[in-house]
Order: sequence, then structure tokens, then C-alpha cells
Amino acid sequence: MENKSKLSILTNGLIKENPVLVLVLGTCPTLAVTTSVTNGFGMGVSAMAVLICSNIVISLLRKIIPDNVRIPCYITVIAGFVTIVQLVVKAFAPALDESLGLYLPLIVVNCIILGRAEMFANKNSAIDSALDGIGMGLGFTLTLVVMGGIRELTGAGTLCGIPILSNVMPGMSVMTLVPGGFAVYSFVMAFVHYMTKDKSKIKKSFGCSDCAMQDSCVDGSGCAKEEVA
Amino acid sequence: MGKYLIIIVSMVLVNNYPLAQFLGICPFLGVSKDKNSATGMGIAVTFVMTLATAVTWPIQQLLNKFGIGYLQTVVFILVIAALVQLIEMFMKKNMVGLYKSLGVFLPLITTNCAVLGVCISNIDKDLNYPESLFNAFGAGIGFLFAMLLMAGVRGKLEDQSRIPESFRGVPIVLLAAAIMALSFMGFGGMFS
Repeated sequence: MENKSKLSILTNGLIKENPVLVLVLGTCPTLAVTTSVTNGFGMGVSAMAVLICSNIVISLLRKIIPDNVRIPCYITVIAGFVTIVQLVVKAFAPALDESLGLYLPLIVVNCIILGRAEMFANKNSAIDSALDGIGMGLGFTLTLVVMGGIRELTGAGTLCGIPILSNVMPGMSVMTLVPGGFAVYSFVMAFVHYMTKDKSKIKKSFGCSDCAMQDSCVDGSGCAKEEVA
Repeated sequence: MGKYLIIIVSMVLVNNYPLAQFLGICPFLGVSKDKNSATGMGIAVTFVMTLATAVTWPIQQLLNKFGIGYLQTVVFILVIAALVQLIEMFMKKNMVGLYKSLGVFLPLITTNCAVLGVCISNIDKDLNYPESLFNAFGAGIGFLFAMLLMAGVRGKLEDQSRIPESFRGVPIVLLAAAIMALSFMGFGGMFS
């Protein structure tokens, strides 16, 4: 970790360790809110804000928090920031609050945030952790926007609310419903697998030893990630 | 009684958590590799969901009384984490047999969004206490049901040689989930 440049920390989250498509973390919000570009973007930015703030705070506190109770401490820090984001969104973007609904408070159990706290922030300095938060957050936001774009374009024929295909053909509303979410996620992930096929060692960079659930994990059976590796 | 039965059936079939509401997808994809662990996880989740609702619903009334309802997220997640820890300790000491079969899944449940999700949605939907309990129980049973179906499907997917290379692993499971979700949409409109 020491000889990594600042730039590589930042770009790591975008493609090589994209939290959604390579690490398979944070699947619930990914599937639930990507019905349109705007929703995906809003969710991505909210999660990114929480991720950056909690990464910084946890990194600063990493020498103070006793090892045995670190997970509850992380959860408290994260929950605090989620509450702040929740109140800010409610005050300044009530429409977004309406469409994200239940998934906004659920950022607190988004495995990306706890995962990065455990894997990165408690081993690295505050600045590196902030960069990691930005990179991971951008990767998350980018994926949500792409998936939101595909689902909105095929499902409603619009993009960011602007009609594009809807004049030519009717939308396939199933794409904005539950099955479309699973299917688009599956195809996007398969596409990433296809693109990174030759560089298969990319996926191996993440092992069980870095996992937040390492202590409780029984031979990887509780782990969605080890399949990808 | 009929009202509660309708709540349970609608949570299992119409509003199934993993397949219709996108809650609890991580364990749905991660722990559904074989039937035994799927059953264990499903039962553990049902148990924790019902207990967590039983505890968080009165706490929310208390928070509302003091006008600090906005602390909901922080309080709920801490209560759930503490509750899971307590159940684990209690089981380890008094119910060794049950602990051996369910205990390994308990720590994973704290970060399961379905548990926090059911607690918050009970509050959001203004359900009263018994309705909340049945809602949580039904959600857990629905989760168990979906896990078992998925485990069955994944048993058939074991031979990955006929699957296109890019789709091996998680993507094919997601595709199977998409088809299952499509069939669950058929239950929509059973209850208004």
C-alpha cells in the first residue's frame, strides 16, 4: 500500500476495483434506484458524500478506536453522516428524497462504505482515505448513472427526463421494473468481465484477507465476492 | 386474524423482499449456493427481523415523544447491532444446537439491509404494533422462500461449462434472478 501513488488510489475505484461491478458490493441500492439517470446520480452523490466523510473520520480515529469494537464504532460514524445527508437531501432536494425513499437511510448498511472503512481507511492516512472515498464514490456514481441511463432509455425512452426514443417507439416498461434491474446489472457486469478478460489478475487483487467479514466468514460461504475472483 | 394473514401472504408473494423490493440482495446472491446455508440464513433473518421490529417500534414511539425522530437511522442500526450480538451470546450459552446451525449467519445479518429496511418501512407505513410484527415475520418468510428458490436454481447452474464465459459467476445468477422476478410480478395485484 505504501508505494501507491495518489493518482492510482483515486483511479482504483473507477474501473480496476469498481465497487459495484468488480467487488459486487452495494447491490441493493444499485438495483433499486437506477430507474432513471437522475435517481442514480442522486444516490451516487449521497453515498459518495457519506463515503468520503466517514473515510476521513475513521482514518483520523484509527489509532484511538480499540480493535475489538471497531465495527460498531464505524457503524456509528457512518450512521451519523447518513443522518446528515438525509436531512440535507430532505431540505434541498425533496423530489429526490421522495424517489429514493427508504434507500436513503439504507446507505448506512451499504457494504461499500463499511467495506472501505475496514479495508482502506483503518490502514491509511486521512488524505489517502479521502482520495479512496472520492475514487470509490465516483466509480459507484458512474455505474449507477450508466445503469440508470440504460434502464431509462429502454424503459421510458427518455434520458434525464428529455424524450429521445419515446417519439419513435414505446418504452418497454419492464426495464424500469424489478426484472429489468436484475437483467441490466447482469449484462453490464458480463460486459465488464468481457472487457477485462485478458487482464484476469485484476479481479484477484481483492481477497478474503481484506474482507470486513473475515472473522465471521465460514470458508467464504457468506461471500459473494469470492466467486468473481 | 384475516388481516394478519393477508399481510403475511402479501409480504411473501407480492412484496417479496429480494425479488420485488431489492432488499437483502447481498445474502440473496452470496449465501444461496446450497440449500442448507440458504435455509439457515433465511431462518436467522426471519428471527432477527421479527425481534428487531419488536424492539425498534417502541423505541421509535419514545423518540417521537421527545421530538428526536430524526435520530432514527443511528438508533436503529445500533439497536440492531447490539441485538444481534446479544442473540449470538445467548444462543452460544443456552441453545448450543441451534447456535451450531444458525450462529455463523448472525454476524452477517447486522449489515443486511433487509433488517433495517423492514424496521424503517414499518414506521414509514404507520403500521401499529401487531401489524408491524406480522409484516416483519412475513418479510422474513418471503426472504427464506426466495433464498430456497434461488438455491434450487443455482444447483442446476453448477456446471458452468455451457454458460458463455463472460456470464459465468455472478452475472448468470443475476439473470436467473431477473427471470424469477419476472414470474413474481405475476402475483402483483393479488391484493390492492
